[in-house]
Amino acid sequence: MVYLQLLFSFFKIGLFSFGGGYAMIPLIQKEIESHNWLTAKQFIDIIAVAETTPGPIAINSATFVGFKVAGFYGALISTLGVCLPTFFIVVLLSKAVSKFSEHPVMKGMLYGIRPVVLSLILLAAIFVGKTVLFSKDSLLGLDWISVGIAFFSFLGVVKFKLHPILLIVIAGIGGAFLY
Amino acid sequence: MNLLLELFITFFRVGAFTFGGGYAMIPLIQYEVCDNKKWIKEEDIVDILALAQSVPGAIAVNSSTFIGYRIAGIRGAIAATFGVVLPSFLIILGLAGLLLKYGDNVILGKIFYGIRAVVVSLILAAVYKLYKSCLIDYWTVIIAILAFVLLIIFNIHPIFAIICGAIVGLILYHNTQQNLKTKGGN
Repeated sequence: MVYLQLLFSFFKIGLFSFGGGYAMIPLIQKEIESHNWLTAKQFIDIIAVAETTPGPIAINSATFVGFKVAGFYGALISTLGVCLPTFFIVVLLSKAVSKFSEHPVMKGMLYGIRPVVLSLILLAAIFVGKTVLFSKDSLLGLDWISVGIAFFSFLGVVKFKLHPILLIVIAGIGGAFLY
Repeated sequence: MNLLLELFITFFRVGAFTFGGGYAMIPLIQYEVCDNKKWIKEEDIVDILALAQSVPGAIAVNSSTFIGYRIAGIRGAIAATFGVVLPSFLIILGLAGLLLKYGDNVILGKIFYGIRAVVVSLILAAVYKLYKSCLIDYWTVIIAILAFVLLIIFNIHPIFAIICGAIVGLILYHNTQQNLKTKGGN
């Protein structure tokens, strides 16, 4: 029964992937290989699409793999499977956190966790920036169009409070003409 | 408008415009959930992210569930999660075939390249907005720098970094509280 297999596989993937969508990719690959669902080439293509389309990579790849394996219902079941475990974990954790939010132990832990998370966010910016801000054969090794887009959108969002979605749309259109 | 419907629509928008992983969603959440709707305070985002990163699963989905639950209980959690997941689901079903066929399309590549450049600065803007509530004294600055170095040079796992932060925070926090008490006693 392929639907049950999909549900079970993606439930497992959702439950054991710590660290977001990228951490999920090797787990998905393992499940696909053990069930012979897709070829390696198909899988690589799926990840490439999951990275470029909007939305969480985890959801994109689950939907895509499910669709390839068993059509619309396959997509539905895989997406549900990957969301369910964390949904319950997050709800339970939310209950606990709101109950103990004023507890000194919780306050102490958050005091130390917040700066770590700040570094994690900064790291995410560097991670994305590495793929787009540099160019080998230009002045100072920087891709000046990207640097320009990044600079003006930073100003736009911090100084002029422009909506991020507006900036994303402008940059998409601009990108098509400028690069 | 019905609160659940509002949650759904808000997170639908967030899901539809999140390019490049969970952290790219932060600026959108700041704008939609904090500035527009005033559902949560901006500095609370950091705590939500810490939790979302500490449990398994996609960070974007986890933080949506978490915020939804905070605003409207279990039904809010369902509405927000459903909202953030649905755009990807529809886009993949609708466009996946086309993207696989025309994925090498030059113009499409340029569009996504431009978007990534914005995503960099959107995430940086999130750091800029959040640093004051995270770095409140010398210790927190030191923790942030140490975490950054460990993460980027030694490539430690984010969850390990968060656990270390929690332990160090616990020790330091109680020391400072105790110091305050003894000072108050004098």
